[in-house]
Amino acid sequence: MPGDRLMDLARVLRSKNSGPFEITFDVIFDDDAVYERVKGSQALHTARMAELFGVPVDDVIVCMFFDPARAFKLTLKRGWAQGSVGERDTFGAQQHAPLLELMIP
Amino acid sequence: MSPLDLAGEELRILTPCGMFGYGIPVEHFKRGMGRDPHIVIVDSGSTDPGPYQLGLGHTLVSRSAYMRELALLMDGCAEKGTRLVISSAGGAGTDAQLDDMIGMIREIARARGRRARIAAIRSSVAKDVVREGLRRGRVSSCGSAPELTETDIDETVDIVAQMGAEPFARALNEHPDADIIVTGRAYDPAPHAGFCMGRGIDPGLYWHMGKIIECGAACAEPKGRNILATIRPGSFDVEPMNPAERCTPTSVAAHTLYEKTRPDLLSGPGGTIDLRGARYEALDDRRVRVSGSAFIPSQGYTVKLEGAAIVGYRTIFIGGIRDPILLGQLDGFLAEARRRTEVLHPELARGEATLHYHCYGRDAVMGALEPLRDRVPHEIGLLGEITAPTQEMANAIAGAARVVVLHMPYPGQICTAGNFAIPLNPPENPIGPVCRFSIYHLLEVEDPTALFPIETIEV
Repeated sequence: MPGDRLMDLARVLRSKNSGPFEITFDVIFDDDAVYERVKGSQALHTARMAELFGVPVDDVIVCMFFDPARAFKLTLKRGWAQGSVGERDTFGAQQHAPLLELMIP
Repeated sequence: MSPLDLAGEELRILTPCGMFGYGIPVEHFKRGMGRDPHIVIVDSGSTDPGPYQLGLGHTLVSRSAYMRELALLMDGCAEKGTRLVISSAGGAGTDAQLDDMIGMIREIARARGRRARIAAIRSSVAKDVVREGLRRGRVSSCGSAPELTETDIDETVDIVAQMGAEPFARALNEHPDADIIVTGRAYDPAPHAGFCMGRGIDPGLYWHMGKIIECGAACAEPKGRNILATIRPGSFDVEPMNPAERCTPTSVAAHTLYEKTRPDLLSGPGGTIDLRGARYEALDDRRVRVSGSAFIPSQGYTVKLEGAAIVGYRTIFIGGIRDPILLGQLDGFLAEARRRTEVLHPELARGEATLHYHCYGRDAVMGALEPLRDRVPHEIGLLGEITAPTQEMANAIAGAARVVVLHMPYPGQICTAGNFAIPLNPPENPIGPVCRFSIYHLLEVEDPTALFPIETIEV
């Protein structure tokens, strides 16, 4: 698909815990035109995010744009217990990779 | 220096850093004190590092870090006669951590030969209070946590409740002579809100201000520590105390994204901060004025409960695999290694103990979601994680699991001396108890201050 990778359009693209049972993703843009292009592309919607992160649609808690910060916000239920047995990422700080290569038309 | 009604005037609040103990740049703190703040507020708590703080009573940073920063804040505030608030003492805010913090304050005051009056607000909650709440249907899940059970409560080591603004307002108003207010677990912006409450300022504004500056100057570019908020009935301003940092309308608006489920509606004790109408305006290139933030009171008043349980004891082994013949069949190798370990230790197959292989260099970070999982790496780091009901059992299983990985034959093997490069000696290392968040729930209460007794201490 022609277009640009999200990582080449965003200034900030990160993941982090939101409490022990959710993980949240922020994608922040520093340019109004780029932000409007991503928002208008319809590439970032609930069903696509569920597919990208391999979770049921019901586990997508929030999937929205936030104009004052030129940002996209995604929050998912955490699929595993924070800081407990088998933990992979206590702070949830390195779970953003699937968003990096998402293509924006 | 805390008149009850400042309508028409301004209140200045200095927060010297986002997490007490992470380091306060002295020069910027002094610049902040030079602006004559009415109060200095610093938050000491977080659940982000995981359940071990609550489960094991560990503090977020070392005692020496707390002592260093307490001395700086106590000296700066004593010099100006400014009140100091430290919330969520120690990280988890348990009674024991609060008492430790009071002990450190005492030690510094003594060393300075200075009197200090402390108002302390406790937040530990008895299990019976939570059991009673559960039976009466007053407990609900918070932030996607599973439903609470009686077993969860039984297994929990310590329970704390996050206090809202009211206990702070009460401590500040009822104990006007207290120099230092130090508390157990609190909702992060609650001290800021409690200080502003009842002074003719819209709650939406003071809650939003608290939300922003409780993280220090994290809302600045680059991220910083010391920040001053100036609040009045119609708006508030934020300004980092490091001249090299800038707050911009976008950087301040973006702050409510960080670690939050959503950036525009933020729930807390007593209601929800509604930022859908918030406006962010640059006063100059470093200061931002915020207005239009609203607060929607909730039907009932809820406080968040936090508790952690010990789920077992952990032993780990770590090492590297470099042989390409083995790396080409790693999944099959580890499946067979697990099967052989389970034969030696049937408690694994019975679910009494667990064994996790973390393959760094392949999918240890992303797990099943790793898009490059099938690419054969030239080397992986393997972390074996064993959790069992006792440390002895975890050690025994880890020993067996490590020997299997080291010596198990596999198809096509030409490296027959050992499969695994081990950096540590001894190769298996017990690392103690493993916790889980057993309680992360809302409790409905009649009185926002009832769970949070205030005591005064004179040093």
